[in-house]
Amino acid sequence: MIAELGHYALVLALGLALVQSSVPIWGARIRDPALMAVGTSTALAQFAFVALSFAALTWCHVVSDFSLLTVFENSHSAKPLVYKITGVWGNHEGSMLLWVLILALFGALVAAFGSNLPAALKATVLAVQAWIAAAFHLFILLTSNPFARIPNPPFEGRDLNPILQDPGLAIHPPLLYLGYVGFSITFSFAIAALIEGRIDAAWARWVRPWALVAWMFLTLGIAMGSFWAYYTLGWGGWWFWDPVENASLMPWLAGTALLHSAVVMEKRDALKVWTVLLAILAFSLSLVGTFLVRSGVLVSVHTFATDPTRGIFILAILILFIGGSFALYAWRASTLRQGGLFAPISREGALLLNNLFLTTICATIFVGTLYPLALEALTGDKISVGAPFFNATVGRLAVPLLIAVPFGPLLAWKRGDLYGVAQRLLVALAVAIVAMAAAFAFAGGGPVFAPFVVGLAFFVMAGAITDIAERTGLFRVPFAAAFGRAVGLPRSAWGTTVAHFGVGVCLLGIVGETQWGAERIAAIKPGETVSVRHYDLTLDGMRERRGPNYQERIAHFTVRRNGEVIGAMEPSTRAFPVRQMSKSEAALMTRGTSQLYLSLGDVDSAGAVTVRLYHKPLVLLIWIGAVVMMAGGALSLSDRRLRVGAPRPAARKPALQPAE
Amino acid sequence: MTRRRRRLLLIGAGGAVLGIAIALVLFALKDSIVFFNSPSDVVEKHVAAGTRIRLGGLVKPGSVTRGANFAVHFAVTDGSKDIPVAYSGALPDLFREGQGVIAEGSLDGTGVFEADTILAKHDENYMPREVADALKKQGHWMGENK
Repeated sequence: MIAELGHYALVLALGLALVQSSVPIWGARIRDPALMAVGTSTALAQFAFVALSFAALTWCHVVSDFSLLTVFENSHSAKPLVYKITGVWGNHEGSMLLWVLILALFGALVAAFGSNLPAALKATVLAVQAWIAAAFHLFILLTSNPFARIPNPPFEGRDLNPILQDPGLAIHPPLLYLGYVGFSITFSFAIAALIEGRIDAAWARWVRPWALVAWMFLTLGIAMGSFWAYYTLGWGGWWFWDPVENASLMPWLAGTALLHSAVVMEKRDALKVWTVLLAILAFSLSLVGTFLVRSGVLVSVHTFATDPTRGIFILAILILFIGGSFALYAWRASTLRQGGLFAPISREGALLLNNLFLTTICATIFVGTLYPLALEALTGDKISVGAPFFNATVGRLAVPLLIAVPFGPLLAWKRGDLYGVAQRLLVALAVAIVAMAAAFAFAGGGPVFAPFVVGLAFFVMAGAITDIAERTGLFRVPFAAAFGRAVGLPRSAWGTTVAHFGVGVCLLGIVGETQWGAERIAAIKPGETVSVRHYDLTLDGMRERRGPNYQERIAHFTVRRNGEVIGAMEPSTRAFPVRQMSKSEAALMTRGTSQLYLSLGDVDSAGAVTVRLYHKPLVLLIWIGAVVMMAGGALSLSDRRLRVGAPRPAARKPALQPAE
Repeated sequence: MTRRRRRLLLIGAGGAVLGIAIALVLFALKDSIVFFNSPSDVVEKHVAAGTRIRLGGLVKPGSVTRGANFAVHFAVTDGSKDIPVAYSGALPDLFREGQGVIAEGSLDGTGVFEADTILAKHDENYMPREVADALKKQGHWMGENK
């Protein structure tokens, strides 16, 4: 009964989406306020019904209603409650429902908080949003109904894939979807601007908070996914250049470019046409990502089911929206008036350079990800384009971009002084050279590349601080005065500094882990020791333990550093009887920002257990850097200027708050 | 600087970055792509020794022998042809006889496939897609879910 209610609510949501996609935009054409207002109420109601549907599905999972196919295939009555809930989106049908739930949520947010948008723009935005929603509602109802029943309900379910039974699953997909789908709002704004044929700096001010929100969640979602892979897959890799990862990185790169170009548009009224294109691109790449992951073209832990009709349906949606939006762009972009002029050496120029590199990197990843699919479709040859390709291309393209990062914020708008900026960056450069030398000495020679990247990371970090130091006059005026100026600085300036600093931190983590990591593989018996760097790990013994839906074999290790006991590590392997799968649970020991990583393999006939031991220097900085970047985004978002509806110092409460 | 010259400069810069990117892509594609082959492909196409490929199929039951220092020898089969594989290192958790596997590496001069990477990313009803296709081609496919 609950399931039928959820199904029915979803059908109603589709109906509402169809109304929302037609009536408001018609109202905007004939300037009828009543018709335009329909968009607001339908967007809110649509969200309510999708939420009801999602709640119904969650209920069915929680009470283990195995008469539902998705529950039967992905749940088990003995599964812990938290995984019963997260298991709702641990399968194809449920995750698509989560996708449209978030889509409807963003539509509802525009409807609820967009009261100060021009009525016609708001109505058009909501209508475009509903086009997307309607397409995906149809997709779910026709090809991936999560409420499908089984005629003879089985007594017990088949359990969730053990790899997905992890707290990481609770947060990774919702964060990632908030990011992916968040770009639907900027997309809708871009399409609305093209339809209206009008675009100005105010448009950029409305769009930027949404882009920021989506970007922040996407940053966190990607970092979370990477961290999850790191601790769950048993060999400590954190990025595989897997097509599915690339699918999330591409919208992130386009979204990062969009954030930067929207600044130019807002401040200088330039790069309008380009910004609109990036907004379309960011969401198109999100759709491509959905297609790659959900269609079954690729096989990975993310692909839950392969059903050709689904692939073709998503491909149709893809062609409709991407093709349609680009056609509209080609047709209408010329109507958008060109804006301000600027010299190549200027803040605008630097931001454009950033865009150039980000989009080129994005295009490179696109080629590397889709080339194997295209080649297989055309010639039947199966190839794999792996890490070497991406490291060779993306790595090289990222270096000039990162060198340019500290210059951008220091350059003046319109016409900058590169020589002056270089002088102001001398301190940062000195820091970088010292770091490079220190890294070289620490590594005891070896390839120059790693110390160079360490220097680059410090250059980016010190450069970010230089910007703030310059603006506050730190070290030049008394500290109190500098502090006063620092408080008075716009939050978006702080946001830039913090986010750029985060890029440096992340880079440092990447180079530390990839260049100076150490690995040991050994088969050892109780009492024997395996060592890496200064760490000696002694296997004390093994024991068995029963979990709720698995059997666990735990190994106890005593960890010594230079002979001194510093702790214990307990890696384990879990056997899940229902799925007949086993999963290795790695043990991690954090030392500063570095980690020891220990995972278990098979036990051989002689009773020796294979262990994999890694020392991963600075590895935590990778994710700390991402979180710092996100914090920079949040600071920027809290800037008063960016809050739509508060162009003046706010005497009244701003009407539109960016999404929390 | 006139608007025209600025625009030319912009287009020039964009073209330069794109050009570098395209050069990098082509260069990297030439060097780092790896073709997937089934054991039958390896025999039929006469894959040269030293060429880096991915070899996919089933681990032939009864063929796995372990030596000292994590050395493993096994055969990859697609039902009609077998290729002996030598690997040294820890095997993935899901490596089992009779299950799908992908080995990456190259043939040595004597017809033994020296693998440096072994992938076995499958559960009880999932098999790497390339392996499934290769088995279907040889007529040894047992159906979608076992």
